[in-house]
This record gives sequence, C-alpha cells and structure tokens, in this order.
Amino acid sequence: MIHTAVGQFGHLFVILAFVSALVATFAYFKSGLTTTAPDEITSWRRFARITFFVHAAAVLGVVFCLYWIIGNNYFEYHYAWDNSSLSLPTEFVISSFWQDQEGSFLLWIFWNVVLGLVLIVTNRSWEAPVMTVFALVQAFLASMILGVIVPGIDLKIGSTPFLLLRESMPDLPVWKMNPDFIPADGNGLNPLLQNYWMVIHPPTLFLGFASTLIPFSFAIAGLWLRKTQDWIRPALPWALFSALVLGVGILMGAYWAYETLNFGGYWNWDPVENTSFVPWLVLIAAIHTMIIGRRNATALKTAFILSIATFILVLYSTFMTRSGILGNASVHSFTDLGLSGQLLIYLLTFTIAAIGLLIYRWKSLPSDEEEVSTYSQEFWIFIGATLLCLSSFQILATTSIPVYNSIAESFGVVLNLALPADQIAHFNKFQIWFFSLIIILTGIGQYFWWKRAGKEKLQVLYIPLMITLLISAAAITIGKVSNISYIVLLTASIFALVANGSILLDIIRGNYRLSGGAVTHIGVALMLIGILFSSGYTQVVSINNSGLMISRSEEFTANDNKENKENITLWRNKPERMNDFLLTWRDVRIEGRDVPGYIPMSWVEMIEGDFHAVAMRDIVVNDKVYHEKGDTLEIYPENFYYEIEYREPSGKIFTLYPRAQINPRMGLISSPDIQSKYNKDLYTYVSMVTNPTAEPQWSPTEEFTVAMKDTFFVNDYVAILENVVRTEEVEGVALGPNDAAVKAVIRVLDKEQEFVITPSFIIRDRAIGRKPEVSEELGLRIQFNEINPQTGQFTFAVNTTQRDFIVMKALEKPLINVLWLGTFVLIIGFIMATFRRFRDFVKMRDKEARETAAPKSPKMKPQRV
Amino acid sequence: MKKTHIFALIIIAVAAGIIMSTAGDASTYVDFTQAEELALNGDNGSIHVVGKLKKDTHGQIVGLQYQPEVDPNYFAFTLLDNNNREQKVIYQSPKPQDFDKSEQVVVIGRMEKDHFAAEKILLKCPSKYENGELETTEFKAATL
Repeated sequence: MIHTAVGQFGHLFVILAFVSALVATFAYFKSGLTTTAPDEITSWRRFARITFFVHAAAVLGVVFCLYWIIGNNYFEYHYAWDNSSLSLPTEFVISSFWQDQEGSFLLWIFWNVVLGLVLIVTNRSWEAPVMTVFALVQAFLASMILGVIVPGIDLKIGSTPFLLLRESMPDLPVWKMNPDFIPADGNGLNPLLQNYWMVIHPPTLFLGFASTLIPFSFAIAGLWLRKTQDWIRPALPWALFSALVLGVGILMGAYWAYETLNFGGYWNWDPVENTSFVPWLVLIAAIHTMIIGRRNATALKTAFILSIATFILVLYSTFMTRSGILGNASVHSFTDLGLSGQLLIYLLTFTIAAIGLLIYRWKSLPSDEEEVSTYSQEFWIFIGATLLCLSSFQILATTSIPVYNSIAESFGVVLNLALPADQIAHFNKFQIWFFSLIIILTGIGQYFWWKRAGKEKLQVLYIPLMITLLISAAAITIGKVSNISYIVLLTASIFALVANGSILLDIIRGNYRLSGGAVTHIGVALMLIGILFSSGYTQVVSINNSGLMISRSEEFTANDNKENKENITLWRNKPERMNDFLLTWRDVRIEGRDVPGYIPMSWVEMIEGDFHAVAMRDIVVNDKVYHEKGDTLEIYPENFYYEIEYREPSGKIFTLYPRAQINPRMGLISSPDIQSKYNKDLYTYVSMVTNPTAEPQWSPTEEFTVAMKDTFFVNDYVAILENVVRTEEVEGVALGPNDAAVKAVIRVLDKEQEFVITPSFIIRDRAIGRKPEVSEELGLRIQFNEINPQTGQFTFAVNTTQRDFIVMKALEKPLINVLWLGTFVLIIGFIMATFRRFRDFVKMRDKEARETAAPKSPKMKPQRV
Repeated sequence: MKKTHIFALIIIAVAAGIIMSTAGDASTYVDFTQAEELALNGDNGSIHVVGKLKKDTHGQIVGLQYQPEVDPNYFAFTLLDNNNREQKVIYQSPKPQDFDKSEQVVVIGRMEKDHFAAEKILLKCPSKYENGELETTEFKAATL
C-alpha cells in the first residue's frame, strides 16, 4: 500500500512553514518600525511571535514527516528510496536524512528555528528587528523545499522531498503495469558517508552556517534602530559560538576526509571546503573588530561590514555548492536541482539589502577624531583582522574561477578558465605568509591588549622573542626544516605559543575566565605546527623498487626511473620489502555487526544482495563464541578489509586493515587504516584490489600425466610430484572403514617461496571421488584425476587463474597529533570566550531591565567598556 | 600622507598581487588540438581537457591498459575530447577506482609527443551526489 498521507502532510507543513515565515517577517517588521503606534507595537509583536511559533511547529512537522518516511522505509517515496535502504543501521538512517539537498536545507531551517526560539527567550529588547531578518531567511529557505508549481507561467519553486517515486520518475514503464508498485529496497547511503563522522559533521556544519545569521541580524538591527554600538554586546557571544561550531564542523569534515577518503590528507582545497572556510576566516576577523569596535570607530564600521560579509559569504558558499556552477571543478558538489535562480535571488536580496542599508546609514556611524596610534592594541588587532580578510580573499578569488566563467558566458565571452593544476603550491604561495603574520600578531596583539606593551614598553617583548629564537633554532635543527617558508611559519608559530602562553599564565592567576583569547591562539599555533609537519613532511613509504617495471619501455626509464612509483603490488602471502618494513598481505576480512574486529571472509558464506551471511564454522574471537557453525549473522556487505601485516626490523609485528567498499553504484571505494603513534601516523590504503566477491575465472583444464619425482610446469611455476601417500582424513569427506584415500604431495616453486599442494583421490563405496586443492597465492587449482598402476603414472587436471593481489600505498605523517591537539585547545578557548561574552551580555541585559522597571530613572547613555 | 592611506595602499597592492597570481596560476580548459598547439609553442603549464571514454558499439570501454601485476603505477586509456578527437592518455598512478563507471573524465596535465601525460584525473560519475539523472534512470528501471 502506498502511504500517501504522510507525504501530503509533510508537503502541507512545508507550505505552512513558508507562509508563516512570510507573515512573521511582516509582523516583526511592523513591530520594529518607529512609525507604528506604541500600543500597536505590542499586539504586532504578540502576533509575530505566535506566527513564528506556528512556523516552528510546522518545521518540526516537516522534519517528523520526512523522518517517518525514511525511518519506516517507505520506498514509494523518492527520497527514502534514493537515500536509504533496509540494511542501513539506525545511525546511518539518520544521516540519510540530510544526504540530499532537500534534507540539508531542512536541517538548516531546523537550526534557524532553534536559534530563533533561543533568541526570543533570551533577548526581548532586540526581538523585533532581529527576528524580522530571521523570519525572512526562513521564508527563503522554506521556498527551496516548497515544490510548488505556479500555474499559468509554469514556474517551479523549490524541490520537495515528499515526491513519490511515480511522480519523480513518471516515465518508468512499471507504472503502466502497476501504478502502486513499491520497490523492495532502496538505493542506500553513499558508502563514503557511512561513517560516524558523517552522522555529526553535517548537523554541526549547518548549525555553524545557521548561527552566522545571528551576528548578521544584530548588525542589521543595529543599523535599523541606529543603535550603532549596542548591537555588539548581544552579538559577540553568538559570533564566538558560531565561530566555534563552524570551526568544529569544518574540522570534523577534515578529520572525516583524513580517515575515510584516500587522498592522504585532511584538506584538499576543494571548492566545497574552501567556501566554508572563507566565511569562518571572515567571522574571526569580525569577532576581533567587534571586540575593539566599542572603542574605535574604524573598527566599528569594519565590524558592520564583516558581520554582514560573513553571512553573505555563507549564502555565496551555498550558491556555489548547490547551483551546479562548480561543474567540473569539484568532485563533490550537489547537482543543479533547478534551484540556481532561486539561490541567486536569495543571495542577491540579502547582499543588496544589507549593503544598501549600510550605505544609507554610513553617515550616521561614528568616526574617529584622531588617527589610531601604532602603539595601541586597536592598531595591531585591526592589522590582524585585515590579514585574515586578505587571506580569505585570496582563497575566494581562486575558488570563484568557475563563477568568472559563468559570468563571462552570460556576456557572450568564453573564458574556459580552470582551477590551478597545482592547488597546493598556489595556495601555499600566499597562505603560509599570511598565516605566519597572523599568528605573530596574535602574540603581539595580546601583549598590547593586556597593556604590557606600549610606546615606552616595547622591551617586554624581548624575552618572549629570545625564548622563541632559542626554541625555534632547536626545532629547526631537530626537525631538519630547510625550506625558508617553513622556517618562517614554524618560528612564527613558536613565537605565538610563547607569547600567548606567557599571557595565559598571567591571566590565569587573576581571572581565568578572561583567558579564552590566549587559549584559542595557542590552539591555532599548535594546529599550524601540526599542519606544517604532517603536510610538509609527508613521506611516501611504499616506494616501488621491485624490478617489475624493467619490462616496460621508456616511460619508466624517464626521469631516472623516479616517475610516480609510489604504489606497490602485494601478492597474497608473499612478503614484500617496503622501506624498513616487511609487508605481507594475508587475507580479506569482513565486518560482522555484532562481532568485534574483522573476521576472515572464508569463515562465512555471504548471501548475495543481502546483509546477512551464514557462518561456515564457529565464529570465535578472543575465545568467545559469537556464532556457531550454520548460524546466520548480520554483516556490512559492502565492506572488505585487507589484512596487511607489517613486520618491523625489530621483529615486532602489527596489522593494518585498510578498507575497500564494493558498491554497485559507485564501484570500488577505498579508505585507509591508520597506525597512530604519538609522533607520527602510518597511513595505509589499497588503491586497487581484485573484486573479493567475484568467482575466479579458471582457465581451460590442462592435463599432466607424470611419474613420481617428475617435474612439470604449471602457470609458469616449476612443480614437482614429490610423493603420493595414503591418508586417513580428507576435509569435508567422511571416510568409512572400507574406503581409501590418497593424496598427492606436489611442491610448487615460486621465486622465493615454496608451496605444497595436496589434492586427494578417494575411493568411497566403490566410487571414485576427487577433491581438488586451490592455492590462492599461486592462482592454481589441481585435481588428482587418475592413478595408473601399470605405468606408475598419475594424472592431474590443472586450472589457473589470476593470482590475487592488491596495490597499496603507505604514507607517514609526522606530528599530526599536534594538529588534533591544537584543535582541542582551540575548541576549549572558543568555549571559554563564548561563556565570558555571554555573561557580559546577561549582566548588561539584566541591568537594562532593572532600569526600565524603575521608570523615573534618567536615560542612560550606551555603556562603554 | 596619513598612516591610513599608506595602509590602504598596501592592502590594494596585496589584493592586486593576489588577483594577478590567480590569473597567472589559473589553468584553462582546452581540447587536444589546442593542447598540442600549446605544447608545440613551448607552453608547459598544466591544462584541463574534458572528454569521454572511448566505447565500442556494445558500450564497452576500449583502450584501457592497466596491469598492476606488471606495474601498478602505469595506467593508459583513450579519451575522446569534445571534438571527438582521440588521444592516448597516460597516468602514472593506479587506475582510479570507479573509472569504468565515469560518464565524463577531466584530465589535467600536459601534452607530450604521442600522448597526454595526466597528473590528475577528475571523474564525473553517476554518484550519490548527482542522482536523478536520466541516464542512470534507465539502469534503475532494470533493478527495481
């Protein structure tokens, strides 16, 4: 039966959410206007608030309906069919919710509702103007999932997630035969996204995106109400919160990429990554100008510009990744859902309105009477913010290349520009220097901020400088850093550590709550050091120096034989030397859902097209029996793990299990396994495997008739019939008292190794049975066919197949843990700063509330710090 | 001159430098004929060529050459650019994983004498990010 009701309710809720957002926008707008009569303001506001609550309820309704459809596996719906499947575990069912564009818009809408409600509760005095902006944004976002076709002009607005399959693909022939057809299973989730990070990364990132709206709304409200300085106090804690969440979201994505993708790093300069990083950098600059904006008018103006720019850049990022404009430039952008026009209107509306309002009010903004002193804290913080903006401008200028093409195209010019071929070199050229300066300024800025430095007191900087030079000299020598830009970045980061660290020690003795800034800066400095070593000094350990490519022509002899030979081939059970390690690929393993670790594939028989397997033997891990022979167990059918044994020179052995996923829609996907040591990671992935589920293709049978000790050639190996012996046991065959069995002992000589293959010949109940033996290492199957007692000769049937192999690559990433450590320190710093500024805001809010409660008190001027 | 002015000038200079370097480092989309001309003129910069894999009448890809057992770091294939010009491409790395399924291939690198040496390959596959396309719909119909 097709469940049409839940989809219709969902669609209805979307429409309700859209309409209520529009009404709330208007009502909040009315209540915020100075021209509205004072007694009407209250009723408009009450009405606006109720409408926003209706909106919030409608959004929750939409979320509920969509989750109901996905969670109950209603595959008659396109969204469920496309993104989920029966075999998905619950946590990934949740993440299939936001796999497609509609769901991720919904996630964004949801966070905006949550943030809007929090603002209504915590901040009554700014409610009208701030929520006007909020509700308008909600109207635009809701329109993206509206899925309504305007009759007459045939204009499609939005793309609804509640389409039935028969509506989304009406051309399929199956509908003619059976209009109520429901697919038995869905497409499932992209295997790359079946990762715990992908359960929490998108919600975090979208909360980060959503929260950039708050500083933006307060900036707009400040301009609207002409409270040109007061908006900063309520906006600042939210700006810090936003920087924290967006930063964490980006870093989660980076960590996911490191752990799951196999490009060997955490940052790929992909447009999708860049366009979320750019708003973050601008937001950081905005925060710094907001902190000094109450004392310096230039900084105040900049704070307006940057708070607005942050949100506009988030919209621009949305436009870039979802309009299809990136085209060939990115491997992971969404395709065009026909929303590019709508997205462009969304982007342009807010850009033009915000900039227009800023220009309109520009004259009424305060300005500085005298120029800022070079020895003031404002000067240095301002320089830092400027550098952050330049850094983000450089990233944006390059990432926007596909946009230039589109703009030129609309003017009839064909540009055909492409992103730089060597992105890393391109971005490093600028960013290393920008970040060296920025990180130095964090130290200098803190020294000036806490009044320890000044025009006559520059000498306080000497001590940290001396310490820095000493530590850096040691670090450069020990780390063998020779590249000049790396030396600069390292020294700058160490200076930031020393300077911020010494400030931190001082503040902690006073009031630890104020140390958020110093802690955050220390985190960034640690991250830069971690990035410098882990990326700049990545070492390929899997250099292929076997003699295999000798056969090949000049492509290999070119460049001194040094052309990309960074991958090595491993044959099953054949040790290969790699750097200091001796590597052996042992087996293919699979993952049982209720069995710890990985189990050898040969222990089970996988059921095709299902997520179950039958145990072929008792499944015992660490002396515990998880399943008995013949049991059915749940597995992850797409995941295969390649057991690679590393033997260190000391004889110590460890094993890594890089993963290959075989997905019918996406082919083979490889993820690394990482051995983490305190000072470096060993990162290993398979770049090529033979399909583990494919049946081997055996060659036509070849027969050999040989006598004892004879030599023959199979599959280019030398084989010797060593002996034929009587045997009492043949695996899988029960031998009775009158039965007899013999097995041949055949030695097969490989280059460095010798294998023994023992096919059996059985006489059982007077019938002849043959049990062939397969050697996966050699790609051989030998069957004992005949015994000729007259001649004393034996006949064997031999088939050969492709030997099993994998191609793998291994990298060493030094000091990557410093990056993750820095990340944690950064997070702690941001949390401290957010709390501190939120307490400031609450104190001020309650003070104002007391003043308005006491009606006769004289009106206070805006408080300065 | 005031400090603010000097400051503004420096910013403008850096911004101009950024723009110039972006223009200088940007690569271009060309076809193989243009790529050849560029190489003949001694231009060594990396370029992008968009193309499709060569297929026979049964839809089988032809011209793929990858023998990891001989050398895992050598992969050669034939690409048809948008003008349907055929070109051998050599990629000195393992074959990208979902190469066979790709609808469109972007190769980044430069033209050598008789082949295109690719440093990087971008694939456009009917992946989860780009679903709902008609081409994959036909395939879906069979598996429903």
